Amino acid sequence: MIGPVLKVEDLRVSFGGFEAVKGVSFELGARETLALVGESGSGKSATALSILRLIEREGGRITSGAVLLENDGGKTDLRHLREDALTGVRGNQISMVFQEPMTSLNPVLKIGDQVSEVFIRHRGMSKRDALAAAKQGLDEVRIPEPARRLSQYPHELSGGLRQRVMIAMALACRPKVLIADEPTTALDVTTQAEILRLIKSLQDEIGMGVLFITHDMGVVAEIADRVVVLRHGEKVEEAPVEDLFARPQAPYTQRLMAATPKLGEGSTTREAGLETVLSVDNLSTRFAKSKSLFRKADAGTLAVDGVSLTVRKGETLGLVGESGCGKSTLARSILRLIEPESGRVEVSGQLLTGLPPRQLRASRKNVQMVFQDPYASLNPRLSIKALITEPARIHGMVQAREIRDLAASLVSRVGLEEDAIDRFPHQFSGGQRQRLCIARALSVSPKLIIADEAVSALDVSIACQITDLMLDLQQRDGLSFLFISHDIAVVERVSHRIAVMYKGKIVETGSWEDVLRHPKHAYTQKLLAAVPSPDPARRRLLDDRLEHQDIAV
Amino acid sequence: MIGYTLRTLIKMAVTLFVIVSLVFFATRLSGNPVDFVLGVGITEDDKQLLIKYYGLDGSIWTQYWHYLGSILSGEFGLSFLERRPVSAIVAERIGPSLKLIFGTMVFTFCVSIPLGIAAAIYRDRLAGSAIMIIAFLGYAVPAFVLAIVMIMVFSYWLNWLPVVGNSTFSHYIMPTIAMSGMWVAALTRFTRNAMLDVLSQDYMRTARAKGMPERVVILKHGLRNASITLLSVMGLQIAGWIAAGSVVVESIFSWPGIGEMLVRSAIQRDYPVLQFGVLSVAVAVILINAAVDIAYAYADPRIRLAKGT
Repeated sequence: MIGPVLKVEDLRVSFGGFEAVKGVSFELGARETLALVGESGSGKSATALSILRLIEREGGRITSGAVLLENDGGKTDLRHLREDALTGVRGNQISMVFQEPMTSLNPVLKIGDQVSEVFIRHRGMSKRDALAAAKQGLDEVRIPEPARRLSQYPHELSGGLRQRVMIAMALACRPKVLIADEPTTALDVTTQAEILRLIKSLQDEIGMGVLFITHDMGVVAEIADRVVVLRHGEKVEEAPVEDLFARPQAPYTQRLMAATPKLGEGSTTREAGLETVLSVDNLSTRFAKSKSLFRKADAGTLAVDGVSLTVRKGETLGLVGESGCGKSTLARSILRLIEPESGRVEVSGQLLTGLPPRQLRASRKNVQMVFQDPYASLNPRLSIKALITEPARIHGMVQAREIRDLAASLVSRVGLEEDAIDRFPHQFSGGQRQRLCIARALSVSPKLIIADEAVSALDVSIACQITDLMLDLQQRDGLSFLFISHDIAVVERVSHRIAVMYKGKIVETGSWEDVLRHPKHAYTQKLLAAVPSPDPARRRLLDDRLEHQDIAV
Repeated sequence: MIGYTLRTLIKMAVTLFVIVSLVFFATRLSGNPVDFVLGVGITEDDKQLLIKYYGLDGSIWTQYWHYLGSILSGEFGLSFLERRPVSAIVAERIGPSLKLIFGTMVFTFCVSIPLGIAAAIYRDRLAGSAIMIIAFLGYAVPAFVLAIVMIMVFSYWLNWLPVVGNSTFSHYIMPTIAMSGMWVAALTRFTRNAMLDVLSQDYMRTARAKGMPERVVILKHGLRNASITLLSVMGLQIAGWIAAGSVVVESIFSWPGIGEMLVRSAIQRDYPVLQFGVLSVAVAVILINAAVDIAYAYADPRIRLAKGT
């Protein structure tokens, strides 16, 4: 380390009576990348927001400690800096990039306005000079056609481009420190790889220290020099990245590493049956644009384009693809929650497409869905007993006096205590809620469960428990899964076969080994190359040869 | 864009037709103007002559048909009482009404938007609560009560402000405040809610992280976004002043505007004036709505660009 530019000493942060950060200390050197790693509730974001004292706006308070910024030989304690001096540091000497590029830019201001105001504020430039500087800034973060972007609005840009705009704003004044708070979490893996490469190369150019906050051990291995592991607001381990991955010291770090799915570890599934449970044949779904009296309806877009796939009894088919490729639309089209345009769907020999509504509802009990957000998927006003037995009651599969017994057996099947049935959703954690969602799906003894990003919102250790539960259920009851995820390493763990979806089409299907070890389609290859590898010795994402290329379908 | 404009125009035409018809039939239900215009002791022959002269003979449907025809040809008729074209009468009164409404608008927006922003920023402090309590009380006071109380205090007791007429600036003070009254309260509330919504957005955090001073964060990044929500409310307010507020307040202060004219013509059964007055108000309200739509699209680029293509 070449002398620290930022020093955090014994930082404590409270939200009301709750202490989120309990005495965390670390140093960040110039040109160094320090990763702050932890699961939800570890205090990593609270720490990041406290450095620029943005935490005060989120309802938090720094109760003790110091945040020291190296300044021409002297040190400034940001904790006691006056507000006007502090705004001179923000975006100038220390900048931040946030997780959600979709909501972090102001929707009603032009990109040029948002980038140039940094130059006007900190460099005292005229509006015209600032716009010229903004254009150059956009060019630096490799945004194509920077001049045209200046007069565009955020909603006209993709997520990846928006995150580049955020980075351009953050780096406008050549800061000494860049704080990146989960900057790639909301992005697809291929876009993530591009953004990580960009941050790294700009770091070398500017010579800044990067404080990188993330929950993703793969990303850590790819970019960090040193790592600080946080848990419940305390530092449990600090080590150079190679040491941490080779010899994790703290038990928590070891558990975290073990729970992180690593691409190439292989599938943990057992042999599947032969009987076909789900058969989808040439299914297409179109999103029509709005029709109106004065405008002819145009063709719209094919979100699902001639998809065929099968799932056998006791089998898990993993469906991978990036956001917008049509995976979720496919899942909904199978159940006819969205009406497909053409094609056939058969569940256990019964044709779903073309069924009249009453019979369609009855046949839906064979296929159940588990969604991504376990918080939004459970009605907060219903007891667990009522929630998880609701599908069974709708389908008339349970008598009123049997409801209690059914609920009790369901919660024990998903590994929860039986007294859970009289409680309410808010009394459960995210992982427990996802168990309840699975219990609800099980209540009608389905043949197939469609899990749409069912573990994506969970911490790795919790996600690991949920996928184990799914594997268990599969072995015991011969349940089939259509497992939809953007996370290829998780898909590898749970799948017998894998289908890769790109722009509405299935571009490749095969056993997990064939698809992941010997990918044939160019898109699959690109996707696999972009997955961070949780091994610092095998870094490859930052290699510039991986620059992005377009793929024909 | 052409389809959108065409659709808007057709909607406006249908709305106008419905209003014009409603006014026509409503006025016919309320008695014969000839009885009102003429005094006692007139002969039956003279009365029939007048009825014919005013075009009030024939069935109600014939009259309706003639009425629609004359509107389409731009003929709005003569006032029964003043024997002047109604368009000339309305033209004289538009000016004072517009001035009053414009004054009210400026006063309301200048008072309630800053108050609403302050109430949002200081929501946890005494100042924020105080603003909201005052706004709540203000909302409970109708315009005519406020007007009468003000006349009592400032004209009758203190003798500071004139009551009748519109010749000087001080004539505007009481009518403006009376008309703003509960709207100030309502808009303060709306502004506060819109700002609270905006304050918790991610882009506000981004603006602070860029080192923008709090003033810029609130006014540039915050208010621009909040204004999208506020525009529709403001449009409703202006329409409300034109259609209803001015009728009450102008009558109380004898303000020589459209509202006072409407009340007078209704009492005197001066059908042509009443009909044309209501038609003008309806057109104004519809135009305001169209203007709000356009302003809305301007404020929110997501709408503007979607419609433009």
